[in-house]
Amino acid sequence: MKTIFKSLLVITVLSMVLGSCGKGDSKKNGALSSNAAEKVYVAPGEYDEFYAFVSGGFSGQLAVYGLPSGRLFKVIPVFSVDAEKAYGFNEETKPMLNTSHGFIPWDDSHHPDISQTAGELDGRFVFINGNNTPRIAKIDLTTFETTEIIEIPNSAGNHSSSFVTENTEYVVAGTRFSVPYPQKDMPINEYKGNFKGALTFIAVDPKDGGMNIKFQLMMPGFNYDLSHPGRGASHGWFFFTTYNTEEANSLLEVNASQNDKDYIAAINWKKIEEYVNNGGGTKAPTKYAHNVYKDETHSATSTIKEEVLIINPSDVPGAIYFMPTPKSPHGCDVDPSGEYIVGSGKLAAELTVHSFSKMLKAIDEKKFDGDAYGIPILQYEATLAGAVKQPGLGPLHTEFDGKGNAYTTFFISSEVVKWKLGTWEVIDRKPVFYSVGHLMIPGGNSRKPFGKYLVAMNKITKDRYLPTGPEVTQSAQLFDISGDKMEMLLDFPTIGEPHYAAGIPANLIVPKSKKIYKLEENKHPYATKSEAAAKVVRKGNEVHVYMTMIRSHFAPDNIEGIQVGDKVYFHVTNLEQDYDVPHGFAVIGAQTSELLIMPGQTETNIWEPKQVGVWPFYCTDFCSALHQEMQGYIRVSPKGSNVPLTYTLDGDAVDAE
Amino acid sequence: MKKSKILMIVGSLLLLGLFVFPLWNITLEAPQYPIPLGMDIHINKFVDTHEFDIKNINLMNHYVGMQNIPETIPEFKIFPIVIGAMVVLGVIIGFLGNHKLFLAWFVLMCILGTAGMYDFYLWEYNYGHNLSPKAIMNFKNPDGSVMGFQPPLFGSKDILNFTAHSYPRLGAYFLFVGMILTLVAFIVGKKEKKA
Repeated sequence: MKTIFKSLLVITVLSMVLGSCGKGDSKKNGALSSNAAEKVYVAPGEYDEFYAFVSGGFSGQLAVYGLPSGRLFKVIPVFSVDAEKAYGFNEETKPMLNTSHGFIPWDDSHHPDISQTAGELDGRFVFINGNNTPRIAKIDLTTFETTEIIEIPNSAGNHSSSFVTENTEYVVAGTRFSVPYPQKDMPINEYKGNFKGALTFIAVDPKDGGMNIKFQLMMPGFNYDLSHPGRGASHGWFFFTTYNTEEANSLLEVNASQNDKDYIAAINWKKIEEYVNNGGGTKAPTKYAHNVYKDETHSATSTIKEEVLIINPSDVPGAIYFMPTPKSPHGCDVDPSGEYIVGSGKLAAELTVHSFSKMLKAIDEKKFDGDAYGIPILQYEATLAGAVKQPGLGPLHTEFDGKGNAYTTFFISSEVVKWKLGTWEVIDRKPVFYSVGHLMIPGGNSRKPFGKYLVAMNKITKDRYLPTGPEVTQSAQLFDISGDKMEMLLDFPTIGEPHYAAGIPANLIVPKSKKIYKLEENKHPYATKSEAAAKVVRKGNEVHVYMTMIRSHFAPDNIEGIQVGDKVYFHVTNLEQDYDVPHGFAVIGAQTSELLIMPGQTETNIWEPKQVGVWPFYCTDFCSALHQEMQGYIRVSPKGSNVPLTYTLDGDAVDAE
Repeated sequence: MKKSKILMIVGSLLLLGLFVFPLWNITLEAPQYPIPLGMDIHINKFVDTHEFDIKNINLMNHYVGMQNIPETIPEFKIFPIVIGAMVVLGVIIGFLGNHKLFLAWFVLMCILGTAGMYDFYLWEYNYGHNLSPKAIMNFKNPDGSVMGFQPPLFGSKDILNFTAHSYPRLGAYFLFVGMILTLVAFIVGKKEKKA
């Protein structure tokens, strides 16, 4: 500690000295010379102003941070198993990871997006896409738990996902890797013209947030990279960047970089929705999993659905257009007014901005430049609002501050550039360390951004932190964007690879955050709501232990009459009704994880004892002063033994049913 | 109607507030409870300050061998009858208008109130001292006697890691104000008689 204070003192003195050297110097010294430390300091016991939901990339999860402190609060398991929280290990959550390919314990999570009402963040849900085995997950922001996962059929590389429309009518999932539709055994080099890219519109129930695939739009076999909804005037449209309009199937780094321009696909989903509501589209056989977790039962169910509604672009004339955009555009970002659509041609020398009103006019005046698979291509100049000249190298993503400014990341030149909407002039640029991918301004992709902070998410950190062997931490960097010039405030490590993030003022979530689950509302089929109801029931070689836990004991805590070869289900209910009193459960030799059970919740662990003996189980979460005493024993006898099934607490024996 | 009569009737009727609002409150503060645990005592029931507080107080207290706070106590049957009877009596006396009876009512109410407080003290004493012989943790006072965990009758007191606060609530204020009004009714009635 002393060393830290000393170095802080040195830094303070240094900053005073440097600060007095002149203004020019102090700006370059960034954090040292300004009061950056003060700006990110959240005193002990104080709260951060914003939540940041940062994707875990190849960890498959979603991390929750506070801004401006950069402190990590929670890692929400979404697409990958998590032994800490028993996600994917206990019987209740295993169905969450079911797919048409079976149980999948991992995915690559990319783009979180917060639900909106009237174009503004409403703090109800976060949606996030699984890229590898295409899925969209929904996280409930009252419990910060994944409560729904829907698999996306006919899709691969679910990357231009999971962005919501302005009233969360839809969450949208687009295909990055086009695939044969329907899937079949065919030569790969017959890709061109035969592969399709499905854009999936998932309707979200306004009441409970339930997801349901409304339709899939079968687009030409390009790579649909990113997307964003229209808002304000452009509400009702959705925009997707495409690359590989060359339809190459090998060595894409070369073969998909040949066309001078690819497209931004503009989709009038309102028009297609109307077509579908009037009975349009073709029901096609398919297979996808729909997994729903219910707080009442503390359990998930998985249903395999076998039909999806397919729309071909030719079915709904006038609903889909291509806007030519230079050189493999990546980010596709719509400004808060809904007028500007920024296409970041990642290999282009300038940043292209399309105008929604000009696009409508061009459609009206039929300013077409041919078509691609029957979809009209609008003339490049006809939709162009302007271009940011010489902005940097490798533009990827843009967000907005709500004050007329846009901020774009540049991967190759490793910087964030601030520029002005309408005049397209560059206002400021700041280096990032290193090779930034996405950036996030809380609400930066809504009608109402909170333009105070910007988080840059970097792909490479190299020497920024203490080394940890060949694999070093991934990181994010926080900027203050409240002034004319951006000011770097903080580096903070992130889990997995931070692709995108979604930020929201804390006050939109804090009042709704659940503290406990009410025991009386627990509808788990194996819930045990009082110690008196605890029991052990044998059904053949299956043994069901109805167990309770409360500070600081299990009931029952002595179980006898289990035999080698039995399959023991521990259905454990936490009887606590107090905030922040979870209990854990672990039993020696279990081939699953621990259970971590919140107050009022029931979870189930399967244990298949293979050895005769007396084996302990215990609470894994330091729950109370008597936590170390919170343990029990289970006696395992040889198969066919005549030791009767008994279960006791404090010697109070009750024979099993 | 005479001022004293009105004061007597209103004063007695104010006791009805006890049927709506809690009489007393005990709140327990501790570092682990940034939102303190609390229990409101009505004349006919114990109520959580925040949902599940009583359950959580019981959970805390089991470590030192204290009994659970009972679902109900005999007093919860007696208190409403006594208060109800006193209201009826007060109103009748008010209409009769004899100021000496006003004083008698006030004195009777004081006696009953004191008895109620004494009864509450006895319950608290038992609650704080009737400890399980198998208590997980035993504490001794500096003089070697077994430490009790009786909450204060009135005021605040440190008990191990907790600070216990015991103060009247709105129902009690209705009672106090009502009683003072009946006393004022007596004084006013006396003056009216002289005049």
